[in-house]
Amino acid sequence: MGNEILRMEQITKIYPNGVMANKEVNLFVNAGEIHALMGENGAGKSTLMKILFGIEPKDSGKIYFKGKEINTQSAAETIKLGIGMVHQHFMLVESLRVYENVILGMEPKKGLFTDKESAIQLVKDMAKKYNLNVDPMAKVSDLSVGVKQKVEILKVLVRGAKLLILDEPTAVLTPQETKELFEQLILLKQNGHTIIFISHKIKEVRQICDNITVLRGGRYVGTMPVADSTEEEISRFMVGRDVVLKVNKSPAKFGDVLLDVQNVSYINQENKKVLNNVSFQLKRGQILGVAGVEGNGQNELAECIFGFYKNVQGKIIFNNQNILEKSIHDIRTLGISYIPEDRIKTGVAKDVTIWENLVSDRIDSKELKQKGLLNGKKIRDMTKKLIADFAILCKNEDQQAGMLSGGNMQKVVVAREFSANPELLIANQPTRGIDVGANEFIWKKIVEQRDAGKGILLISADLNEVMELSDSILVMCDGEPAAYFENSKDITEYELGMYMLGIKKQTEQERRGA
Amino acid sequence: MIDVILSTDFFFTTIRVMTPILFAALACMVFTKGGIDSIGTEGIMLSCALAGPLGSYITKSAFGGVIIAMIIGALLSCLFGYVTIYLKSEPVLAGIALNTLASGLTIFVIYYATGEKGSTQSLMSPTVANVHIPILKDIPILGAVFSGHSILTYLGIFIMIVLAFFIYRTPAGLRIRSVGENPEAAKSVGINVIKYKYMSLIIAGALCGLGGAYMSMSYVSFFSKEMIAGRGFIGMAAESMGRGTPWGVTLSALLFGAADSLAIRLQLLQLPAQLIQTIPYVITIIAIAVYSYTRSKQKKKY
Repeated sequence: MGNEILRMEQITKIYPNGVMANKEVNLFVNAGEIHALMGENGAGKSTLMKILFGIEPKDSGKIYFKGKEINTQSAAETIKLGIGMVHQHFMLVESLRVYENVILGMEPKKGLFTDKESAIQLVKDMAKKYNLNVDPMAKVSDLSVGVKQKVEILKVLVRGAKLLILDEPTAVLTPQETKELFEQLILLKQNGHTIIFISHKIKEVRQICDNITVLRGGRYVGTMPVADSTEEEISRFMVGRDVVLKVNKSPAKFGDVLLDVQNVSYINQENKKVLNNVSFQLKRGQILGVAGVEGNGQNELAECIFGFYKNVQGKIIFNNQNILEKSIHDIRTLGISYIPEDRIKTGVAKDVTIWENLVSDRIDSKELKQKGLLNGKKIRDMTKKLIADFAILCKNEDQQAGMLSGGNMQKVVVAREFSANPELLIANQPTRGIDVGANEFIWKKIVEQRDAGKGILLISADLNEVMELSDSILVMCDGEPAAYFENSKDITEYELGMYMLGIKKQTEQERRGA
Repeated sequence: MIDVILSTDFFFTTIRVMTPILFAALACMVFTKGGIDSIGTEGIMLSCALAGPLGSYITKSAFGGVIIAMIIGALLSCLFGYVTIYLKSEPVLAGIALNTLASGLTIFVIYYATGEKGSTQSLMSPTVANVHIPILKDIPILGAVFSGHSILTYLGIFIMIVLAFFIYRTPAGLRIRSVGENPEAAKSVGINVIKYKYMSLIIAGALCGLGGAYMSMSYVSFFSKEMIAGRGFIGMAAESMGRGTPWGVTLSALLFGAADSLAIRLQLLQLPAQLIQTIPYVITIIAIAVYSYTRSKQKKKY
């Protein structure tokens, strides 16, 4: 194509740990278009952009910008060429004013000093030209997320970027802010800028993009014009799974209702409604998988049930009592266990021993005590048994938890949470980033718990896990339940993808009736 | 009792004892702006307090001594920076190590240089002169309070004003603040994070050097062991109480100076000495409590 501004050809990147992040990926972007880069989490979008920015070296492939081959080694170099990036996590200095953030690194000077007046004028002019309504004198820490994003866009524009990359820009925005952002992006396009729009929201992409490039599992799937493709087609390109693991389980025997979530809504600290009127039931002997693209409220749902938040609306009935507003300690005592999403941050205490981690939820229990002091022998016996039962590979129980591999660290968490003998287990991404062996083991343990009549709420971004392990599936999209399937075998991955990506949505009757 | 406080002597002493705290607090301010832990201030100042008289003895000039103290300060500060930024050791531990090293090493060096273990009194090294300011010195009251201080005291106030402009009005100041608060953001716009970290390390280290030199070349005329006596730490408190702004920091340093001065003056009265010596610390606690209270109130607004 004649007016191609960016051409990334056959990009391959293998990380030192053997993970193939990009394999022969292509990205061709025309000047003056809004080009969507789509794919699920882990599809390789971020890696590709890091390579473009010179933050990660590529193993092979070529990059051309405006017809010339480029090979930048740092973000600063790439910015100079006229490529700018608006990161998902803002790169702003909170205590500084807007204009200071915008001119940082390229300050206009008057003698020895920063030329404050012309800096402010520059920001004002740019803001006016692109209809980005921000006060140059405002302190960044006082701004809302939407306005902070405008500051980031201004920063990129002031640096003369012709090609702007926006990394999931709408993930943090309210619908109103999203609408405003789109108007601004279209204005940018009319002014001759090119935009790469990273997203996994098909509806948004169809609204403003011209072409789409889809990645899946680190590979290039294809590029197509938006006008010629249906939502179903895009969804089929994006979603797909390689069945790596299968699980052996007997048919589920559902008991009575264990957990009844009724009309739960939650507005987070950034004032975004992350859960909107969520209702569902979980029965004894059931593994209920919650599927969804990450950031659609699944994590918040788990944390709501486990008592992380205040000011949650609705009701969460567990064993006939409302557990909303109860403390985490009380919730644990009632018989709920939780495998958190991030084992390093919340799952274990890295710097203390395995045995200390294993008893951390039960040091108040009478069984481990003798005359008010902890009984070392009982604790050791218990932890040794858990290490054996859960096949935790370690030197001994005195090893630091942080020294273990990801899979074994996760087994420590799983051992603690399962041995608490809960009636309900919330497993939030229980097998993320661990080896196949540990993965299989944890699945087996989850199925054992189910067969013992426990309820399991499984939250996972791994489609394979949700489809294989769950008995029933709840799909979340935009903080709302999009679909519910009592029998997980009733749905194909393509259909699931359409609900996850917001193309299809069941009505409340359909969800109830199913 | 009132006349003990309301005398020109009291105010003169306040400015005199405030000077080292001001240097310490300004150093802490620059450390903090650059995102560096300021816990090593005490040890760097102590080392510089020795470097000053030794330097002036060797160069036979007070000016040479002050310059050498500043260089030693900058070097030690960069050493602290290297250990914490590059080798990534825990800043609090590195700071404590630096402080302990300074108290031992200074004694070792004075013994080596003079044969005495307590002070460098025998060197008779040149000291920094006090200056009387023309016109001002002849004005009643004001003259007695503001004239006749060490050159370093006036330099300190001048530097405070220069720093205010440097940090808030120059590109380098803006970059130091950004590097200190969010190095990732600074890096993303192509700022050399390490360069600006070292810039703040050198400036802060040199300020510690001036503070140390003031103690041993102006406050008294020789180095004696442990002579910084917590002024580095009080500087940290003044920095935090002054919310990191040059004026706030200066006012806080002045408050600590006044407390010290009060303790000195009250010794003239028939009060128990132990009680009087607690005054600076009591005022520190009260000031920090007031500061935290207003700060937490401010936060609640959001």
